[in-house]
Amino acid sequence: MKTSVFLGVVAASGLIAGAGLAAEGDTLATVKSRGELLCGVNPGLVGFASPDANGNWTGFDVALCKAVAAAVLGDPTKVKYVPLTGQTRFTGLASGEVDMLSRNSTWTFSRDTDLKLDFAGVNYYDGQGFMVPKSLGVSSAKELDGATICIQTGTTTELNLADYFKANNMSYQPVNIDSNAEGEQQYMAGACDAYTTDASGLAATRAAFANPDQHVILPEIISKEPLGPMVRHGDNNWGDIVRWTLYALIAAEEYGVTSANIEELSKSSENPEVQRMLGTTDDLGAMMGLDKEWAKRAIMAGGNYGEIFAATIGEQTPIGLARGLNAQWTQGGLMYAMPFR
Amino acid sequence: MNDSVPAGPTAPPFRLSMLIYDRRYRSLTFQVIVFILVMSLFWWLVSNTIENLSRLGKDINFGFLFNRAGYDIPQQLIPYTSDDTHLRAAVVGLLNTLLVSVLGCVAATILGVTVGVLRLSRNWLFARLMTIYVETFRNIPLLLWILIIYAILTEITPAPRAYQGEDARQLFLGLIAPTNRYTAIPAFVAERSPGMLHLGRIAIPWLAILYFACLGAAIVIRNRINARAQRIQNQTGKRPVTWWVNLALFVVPPVVIWLAFGLHLDVPELAGFNFKGGINVDNALVALWLALTLYTAAFIAEITRAGILSVSKGQTEAAYSLGLRPNRTMNLVILPQALRVIIPPLISQYLNLTKNSSLAIAVGYMDLRGTLGGTTVNQTGREMEGILLMMLVYLAISLIISGGMNLYNRRVALKER
Repeated sequence: MKTSVFLGVVAASGLIAGAGLAAEGDTLATVKSRGELLCGVNPGLVGFASPDANGNWTGFDVALCKAVAAAVLGDPTKVKYVPLTGQTRFTGLASGEVDMLSRNSTWTFSRDTDLKLDFAGVNYYDGQGFMVPKSLGVSSAKELDGATICIQTGTTTELNLADYFKANNMSYQPVNIDSNAEGEQQYMAGACDAYTTDASGLAATRAAFANPDQHVILPEIISKEPLGPMVRHGDNNWGDIVRWTLYALIAAEEYGVTSANIEELSKSSENPEVQRMLGTTDDLGAMMGLDKEWAKRAIMAGGNYGEIFAATIGEQTPIGLARGLNAQWTQGGLMYAMPFR
Repeated sequence: MNDSVPAGPTAPPFRLSMLIYDRRYRSLTFQVIVFILVMSLFWWLVSNTIENLSRLGKDINFGFLFNRAGYDIPQQLIPYTSDDTHLRAAVVGLLNTLLVSVLGCVAATILGVTVGVLRLSRNWLFARLMTIYVETFRNIPLLLWILIIYAILTEITPAPRAYQGEDARQLFLGLIAPTNRYTAIPAFVAERSPGMLHLGRIAIPWLAILYFACLGAAIVIRNRINARAQRIQNQTGKRPVTWWVNLALFVVPPVVIWLAFGLHLDVPELAGFNFKGGINVDNALVALWLALTLYTAAFIAEITRAGILSVSKGQTEAAYSLGLRPNRTMNLVILPQALRVIIPPLISQYLNLTKNSSLAIAVGYMDLRGTLGGTTVNQTGREMEGILLMMLVYLAISLIISGGMNLYNRRVALKER
């Protein structure tokens, strides 16, 4: 009796484990059957990902989650946002807690290979900078010898900081923090002289201050930080979906497709590339298990790349980031969508 | 032995049902079943883990420990730079864990015993105050205490810059500077330093070795002197005066070292952004230490109180009637009996404190959880290996502490002959 119950339990748990594994291999099927996209985001970085007073997530990284949900599920609101810190993000993605990570993570060699994760593209080209209070009277990162610096643990910035100070033969005292919110609090309390993270993150953090003009972002950019969405290594189709959703947003800007004119263009556009992308002529979506209008819905969710940029972190917002490297390649930037063919 | 085994050839043949219905076999049967159950569960966990890891394309490999770490650690007891290996970073973290645990255990014991005794005091105000302290601290989660103390330290203390310029703040006693990052305290520095003892990549200052050797010798000699005093007292009834010899044992050697090597205080001074000279004790360490101490001391106070209350009042009265003074009554009659009750739960508290120190991550104190289980795991993606190693290390620390304390417990336990 006892033994048979035990065997039953073993068999059942084996089945459950097997089912869990099978599902993990095919993220698209899992997301569709769940009817919801689990998207890992920053726990709070104004402009990139932050919940408002009603708990609705908005921001530059959040917009990509919405676009993917619109492409796959047909509804940009069917996203469950999972806040992940710098320490928990990769474990969260690898263990299947989220389907994709859209959380300003830097594309590096070891993360792409050793961590068994894949980058689906770059949605923001960034670099690491320093922010100091104006009252400190510092105008260059080279003057920070001996300073106390707040740093988010588990990030590439932590490694860059060590390298930069070593290369310039300077010393510093790190104050390790777990999230941007904690860093903000420590920095405002004066527990560190300078706060370092990606320049976009600094701008976003500064925008949330009571008096942003009391703080300066130093001119030195000490590293390359290409930030992009991530998926698990091995599920190539799911990686393709996230990658091409991002490219659809970027290409839409290049071809002048906006959330305002997309309905019209999908019927009347003369550009064969736009016709293919929006599913007017070819059925590209079927090649990765989606329907014809996946890209159209993704663009309608929050507009094209330029619209999302302008609405969340652009120069008209309190964060006030210029396009810079993130302009279209036709405008001298690095944003370059691969051809839809 | 009422179920004596029938002898030799008349024994009934073995039937399968005997495994359950025969008392001789039943216990064995169930033990085998439980053993198989436990091992199956264990096997399932392990094989499931390995299977899942291989599906992710990962293996179990500890080679990452010997790669360059690349990150800096705010507070380190042994020299460490970002060029050192992850293994060394883990050791730095381990030493930080041990540092805060030892500091916490010592302080919590002193505070806890004091509070426990005071709570039994006949002074109404003291007793009530201690009750409030105990109930407040043991009923609010430790993590909150750590965060509160850290926030207070960050918010109320001045920035190092406040010690600069014309309206400068004065250092506390001219020696200590509390700031919102760390507390700058003076350090002992020798003018004629005998240097370091190099053991591989670990360097220990000779002065510290010398000092602790003197301390150890002093303790041994003191025990000899006390034993002799006891013998004389037993023979003659008079106890020779020994306190000044004992005092000299502990005071003279340090003073001699002090003079011989020209020890002096290196007072911290503001240079640039931060204090140089002396030692900067991180606020994270102070917050963690204070919180662990205050929290654990509340439990130790209750343990002490229970221990003292377990010795019946008649013992005190009997001791008084023999003419023993109150402090002698406490030392010779009550404490030796109370310790038997106190030590076992005290071991648990020491273990709790050590394990609770892993909450350090909340304030960015880089202990073992912060280095090996935090940044290293995150930068290398070796979660499984990192967590396994961490579990092993914490297990080893706990076993060593409880082993040591159990030895002590055996010394104070009731000797049954």
